[in-house]
Amino acid sequence: MGKAIVITSGKGGVGKTTTTANLGAGLAALGQRVALVDADIGLRNLDLFMGLENRVVYHLVDVVEGRTTWKKALVRDKRLENLVLLPSAQARDKDAVSPRQMQQLVQEIKQEYDFVLLDCPAGIEGGFKNAIAGADQAIVVVNPEVSSVRDADRVIGLLEAEEIGGISLIVNRLKPSMVKRGEMLAIKDIVDLLAIDLLGIVPEDEGIIIASNRGEPISLDQNTKAGQAFRNISRRLLGDDIPFIDWQDDDSFFSRLKKLFGVGS
Amino acid sequence: MFDLRRLFGGQKGSKTRAKERLQLILVHDRSSLSPELIDLIKSRIIDVLSEFVEIDEKGLAVELEHSEEAAALITNIPIKAVRRNGGMRSARN
Repeated sequence: MGKAIVITSGKGGVGKTTTTANLGAGLAALGQRVALVDADIGLRNLDLFMGLENRVVYHLVDVVEGRTTWKKALVRDKRLENLVLLPSAQARDKDAVSPRQMQQLVQEIKQEYDFVLLDCPAGIEGGFKNAIAGADQAIVVVNPEVSSVRDADRVIGLLEAEEIGGISLIVNRLKPSMVKRGEMLAIKDIVDLLAIDLLGIVPEDEGIIIASNRGEPISLDQNTKAGQAFRNISRRLLGDDIPFIDWQDDDSFFSRLKKLFGVGS
Repeated sequence: MFDLRRLFGGQKGSKTRAKERLQLILVHDRSSLSPELIDLIKSRIIDVLSEFVEIDEKGLAVELEHSEEAAALITNIPIKAVRRNGGMRSARN
């Protein structure tokens, strides 16, 4: 029996879908059987981040309404054979699915996959309730910014009320140079404020946009900071004790990395 | 990059302000109760007190009040009658 993890944030645009795609690819690259579920009904995006938009035939609402089985609706990844995606419906309403139906579906998928990652829509309404219904654990994605931290706190309260065990935090889009100047909340500030376990830190990286342009998860790219961060998080999800990279020291980290592989200076 | 005001004036970066604001915002957010939670509190109060007194369940009110420094839960519990055995049921075991 696998584990279902919902990726959520409250606020939109903080990197939920990016995180879902990259942890999915990261875990699959480590040999895990992974199913990604796009629970953002009406705004289908996860297929784009995976570069699978042309392969989508059926979607989540087709499965729930019995037009096909969940197995037939799965889209296989191009790069990793043990990675699949259940796309969301683009032209449907959020109310097309109920929390109970989601719970049942996730339960079935968990029988055959090690990880089910649920990409939650923004907000705390019906779509959120559907996405968390089948989840065993939750990852809250936050940006080092006042409104994102506030929304994350609200979502953590709702997850606790639903008794979802194991809520952990990913700080995404950290700008180490701003933290250094005292112009951005540091990791410790955010962890102190939200009081949940830190799972990972992802630095701001132009590579994220480039990867999404191409439809390739950045966690499969060995030469990017964000890719490294997502690979580390994937390993932590498997229980490995991977130390957090001090991104404040990122210049020297990358010069060391380059030296290690004999690239550049 | 080279901020003279901060170097000589001892002015803190905006991060400190962000943290201070969030500390206040989160305390306030966390102390507000959702309607579901208020209902749950009501039903638990009814459960406990019904052993001793007969409560007018419809008249029961639970509200959270904020003042400058503190928050308080204010309840108004109309009682219809006191039970004759005065809650001695609970003392049986």
